[in-house]
Amino acid sequence: MSIRLSSYEQEMLEGKFGWPRQFAMEQIVKVGNFFDAEDCVEIAQVHLMADTESLGEDGVLFLEKLAGYSEEQRQVKVPTVTDPRGIDFEHYKALGQSDAQAELEQRAIDAFRALGVMMTDTCINYQTIMPPVLGEHLAFGDTGSTIYANSVQGARTNFQGGPSALASALTGRAPRYGFHLDECRRGSKIFKVNDRPDDFAQWGALGGIIGRQMNSYWDVPVIELASLDQRPNSDELKHFGAALASYGSTPLFHMPGVTPESADGRVALVDNPQTMAAISKDDIDAFIEAYWPADDVVDVVVFAAPQLSLIEISAVADLLDGRQTHEKVAVIATVSPEVKSAADRMGVTAKFEASGALLLQGVCFYQMCAREIGEAKGWKRLLTNSAKLVNIIGGYGYEPVLASLENCVESAIKGRLVR
Amino acid sequence: MTGVTNSGILKGHAGIGKIVRGEALVASDNFSARYDLDRLKGVFSRPQHKLFGHSYVDKILILNAAKGGVASAWMLKEMVSRNMGPKALILNFANPIMAQGAAYADLPLLDRFEFDVTGFVENGDIVEVDPAAGTLTIVGEK
Repeated sequence: MSIRLSSYEQEMLEGKFGWPRQFAMEQIVKVGNFFDAEDCVEIAQVHLMADTESLGEDGVLFLEKLAGYSEEQRQVKVPTVTDPRGIDFEHYKALGQSDAQAELEQRAIDAFRALGVMMTDTCINYQTIMPPVLGEHLAFGDTGSTIYANSVQGARTNFQGGPSALASALTGRAPRYGFHLDECRRGSKIFKVNDRPDDFAQWGALGGIIGRQMNSYWDVPVIELASLDQRPNSDELKHFGAALASYGSTPLFHMPGVTPESADGRVALVDNPQTMAAISKDDIDAFIEAYWPADDVVDVVVFAAPQLSLIEISAVADLLDGRQTHEKVAVIATVSPEVKSAADRMGVTAKFEASGALLLQGVCFYQMCAREIGEAKGWKRLLTNSAKLVNIIGGYGYEPVLASLENCVESAIKGRLVR
Repeated sequence: MTGVTNSGILKGHAGIGKIVRGEALVASDNFSARYDLDRLKGVFSRPQHKLFGHSYVDKILILNAAKGGVASAWMLKEMVSRNMGPKALILNFANPIMAQGAAYADLPLLDRFEFDVTGFVENGDIVEVDPAAGTLTIVGEK
């Protein structure tokens, strides 16, 4: 059975409103039919992942083709904001990125502006731009923003990768399947967590442990914390969710007593949910330990993935205050333009960079052609407090190590892995 | 889900793209274009992946489930545009990103078989993918 379209959607599909919207509806119909969607939902906002590493020349040419249509035919229908980009124009040369990469980035930006896309360049739009609300249908295109919006804010979106998010932006629609539907949001695997994680690396490790036990995109974990005396804050849930989404390709979790669809402690479950082995501090320690090498070499320390909140970058800057990073170790943090502006205004950037560390804005480390950066700079061993980054960056030729924020900073100062 | 119709044909959900035929590259592992591949060289580059070091170019790539992030939605077409993509993607469980990427790239995609597709085909088998019919057929064994 094919997806049912309204007369307006059918007219878009037939090209009445120009090729960009026709292309967009074709994408929606193909994906909707693949997942047996009955019809479309109207969406409130779009978060668009389209870094130039992913786009390549081919993707940028496609955006430029869209941008060549009349304003009436090419402009997005709903507020559309961007995920991190691949180039910080102030610092790209120092990172070994090429002028050709910067030129490709600029072409993509110009095309997006012609479409009416807002260049927010952040993966934490749910903290810094316009937080979604309970029940709101969205088209979010970053795994971290999707899992946070679905789980912590109770909004409804599938993972919508770049072309799909763009299709939703051009039509104001998404196919109604998956996590737009009540039946897909029921918990399927129940995890009891005996010990509260102590820091972001441990929250990420917890997300990784659970993510590895997800069989597919459709599994929904329910995380029962042993105690709600000290609830996780937004940054802790951000690291937890980003890692869970990364290791599991998982767009939704429920945390009874914390997340809105189980705020009263009860959560809707599938008919035969699985009760999984309880997770303790030993499991979290073992997850982190598995990434530690036999030697103590470190080349680069990265705070990213997700971009840091103002609270996080302030904490890093405080730990570095009055100290110098080791000459053999590069230190990088990535933040959104909004957080960078606030950090500049509050003296956080000055404190951070006085140590020798580099604060990048509007980018995230793994979205910057990290393989080419590593080869240009001779970086192999990468230390971070982001479990998500640890999961991704191994495929780019790095040897990732996961540690607490404090041990990341101490390692950067001493020039060797510290714990 | 649907099932096996005879010993040489596995039936799944209707997929995306055109009929293609080619050599299978199979593993009981998961898939993400960003996490697992060196897309310039056309090989699996994550050391922990069961296909580490193997070239996927022009292969019918058969794996378990879509994992990782959203980048594959752009990357599949980027790879195809340089003639460095797989010929088709066959998964036990796709996720929306793989479906969106396949739709954008016009890359054949099939999933949701009743049986584990990674145990149905062997590396090197010649297979035919018919997305409209939702079938994967072994037309020549290794």
